[in-house]
Amino acid sequence: MKTLKIEDLSKNFGSTEVLKKINLEIDEGNFLVLLGPSGCGKSTLLNIIAGLETINEGNVFIDDYNVSKVEPKDRNIAMVFQSYALYPSMNVKENMIFGLKQAKTSKDKIKEQLEKVSKFLQVDQLLERKPSQLSGGQRQRVAIGRALVREPRIFLFDEPLSNLDAKLRVEMRREIKKLHQQLKTTVVYVTHDQTEAMSLGTKIAIMNHGVIQQNDTPENIYNKPNNTFVADFIGSPSMNLIKGKLKQSSNIISFVAEGSNLEIPIDNYNFKANDNLNNKEVFFGIRPEHIFFKKLNDNDLEITLRADLSEYIGHEQIMTFDYDNQEILAKFPSTIKTELSKETKLYFDLTQVSLFDAKTEERI
Amino acid sequence: MQDSLQSSYRQLEQKSKYTNIFLRWFLYLVLILFASYFIFPLYVMIVTSLKTMEEIRQGTLLTWPSSLNFDSWAVAWGGRGYGAGDTFLKPYFWNSIKMVVPAVFFSTFIGAMAGYVLTKWRFKGDKWVFLFLLFGCFIPYQAILLPMARTLGVLGISNSVIGLVLVHTVYGIPFTTLFFRNFYVSVPTELVKAARIDGAGFFKIFFKILLPISAPIIVVTVIWQFTQIWNDFLFGSTFSFGEAAPIQVALNNMVLSSTSVKEYNVDMASAIIAGIPTLIVYVLAGKYFIRGLTSGAVKG
Repeated sequence: MKTLKIEDLSKNFGSTEVLKKINLEIDEGNFLVLLGPSGCGKSTLLNIIAGLETINEGNVFIDDYNVSKVEPKDRNIAMVFQSYALYPSMNVKENMIFGLKQAKTSKDKIKEQLEKVSKFLQVDQLLERKPSQLSGGQRQRVAIGRALVREPRIFLFDEPLSNLDAKLRVEMRREIKKLHQQLKTTVVYVTHDQTEAMSLGTKIAIMNHGVIQQNDTPENIYNKPNNTFVADFIGSPSMNLIKGKLKQSSNIISFVAEGSNLEIPIDNYNFKANDNLNNKEVFFGIRPEHIFFKKLNDNDLEITLRADLSEYIGHEQIMTFDYDNQEILAKFPSTIKTELSKETKLYFDLTQVSLFDAKTEERI
Repeated sequence: MQDSLQSSYRQLEQKSKYTNIFLRWFLYLVLILFASYFIFPLYVMIVTSLKTMEEIRQGTLLTWPSSLNFDSWAVAWGGRGYGAGDTFLKPYFWNSIKMVVPAVFFSTFIGAMAGYVLTKWRFKGDKWVFLFLLFGCFIPYQAILLPMARTLGVLGISNSVIGLVLVHTVYGIPFTTLFFRNFYVSVPTELVKAARIDGAGFFKIFFKILLPISAPIIVVTVIWQFTQIWNDFLFGSTFSFGEAAPIQVALNNMVLSSTSVKEYNVDMASAIIAGIPTLIVYVLAGKYFIRGLTSGAVKG
């Protein structure tokens, strides 16, 4: 049984296609993050799961039951919003039990749930306060509490941390993670913040232009991006994509960058298909953190490039190098002394390389 | 170098000091001028209403009354006590109250509902509905007199307070809808979404969630509608006459139908009485008026 299943879902607003044939499945207890740039359709998808938005095509199943035409309140879900959406005229207690009262829950049960949840979230001292008297973090907690008291099958989070300041965001992120570890309820979480996605999700679905680009574990998303969009979107700074061609002679495959003569050997790379690799136009992808200042592994490739720019950011520095007129970024510890406008020896970790077809931009 | 730089700064400082002093005095002068310009008619009205006719004939507009004489106020409110031709404000004052209270209530309520639907329950073509409603704000009163008279006739409520309530409610809806729509646009729609997930329906969301936070805009709408309807003369004089007339029409009749001598003191007292309710409403709720007009955002 899948806790949530989305089948061939399409949605358009007027002539704009927001979601195109989305298919998605979540197993019980998973934490799925919908990640993507603004306007990619992730929030619309979440609203559709909640039943707040109608569907043009396709179906949504919760516990294998088709809920496409079921009202939001009857879907066994609870949602936490970006602006918290606490009812301004009600105090914390009234906010938290509003849904239970609508569902005609018995008074004893409401009291029991309220006590349990407010203790659990440490808002039991705030029950009489109005939302306007709470700090951002407290509001966030109450909003989560309002979702918790309903004991839903699925939690939906719509960018719940983006209204908080940086420090609080990191704190609340950890609390949400803890919450999920303790409750083990299925979660669908929308964000545009990759750090949030990576640290929270057991699965990440990266979306762009209404299409899921990759739905995978955080490790695979980071190490084996499906296409150049995912490669570029994840990581900060994002993966270097060097344009060039593959060269195949007998059994040895190598990469040659545009305008360069240097052949980078590609071995131990899992090609999806082994045919027609010779002269194929590709992007050679390597993350800035996989370029080193000194040789760490035996297989590291030594390469000499000119340093153009250095950005110091405390715990590390981001250096820009010139690779035959293509920019390459590398991340070093800030303790390393570097000199600009000088040829520098670098070491590429070739076990961490990704290759993409230059035309389709898909991983090969 | 250092010295010349310092002295040039000193000169600049002196100059800006004199300019500031001058501007400040100029500002006060203009303010006082305008304030007296606006207060002058009110002063004349109050002073005249307290004088006897004798004093009015002998003194000037600005002379202070010899004693506080409220006789003309009593005449304006309750009449002189003889039968025919004695027009006084009391019955018409209650006509106006009977007209203004339901008309303000219904137009505000319907406007709130309409604003709620137009912002939180969007439907196809809602922009057009709003546009046509806005259009209603710009139709001159005179243009709807004839069709409205016909409508009231067909409904059988011409020359009645109920008829005026209907006219003012209908004519008020474009304005009240505009106010509430603009207010509810700034209320996060996520509130409605959250309430829907919590199981609240259309009316519950309106009464339990939106209406309790609408106090500022309700005050604005009530003041606006109250002032408009209370001060209306055109609709009142067109759609009612005789005993059903509202206070502004009666005031006009009173002032114009004076038989022999013009009793300025009674006229002034009547005019003040007719204006007092709007003043009271504004004094009681005025600070919310400014606040409601300027702020719209609901935080939290």
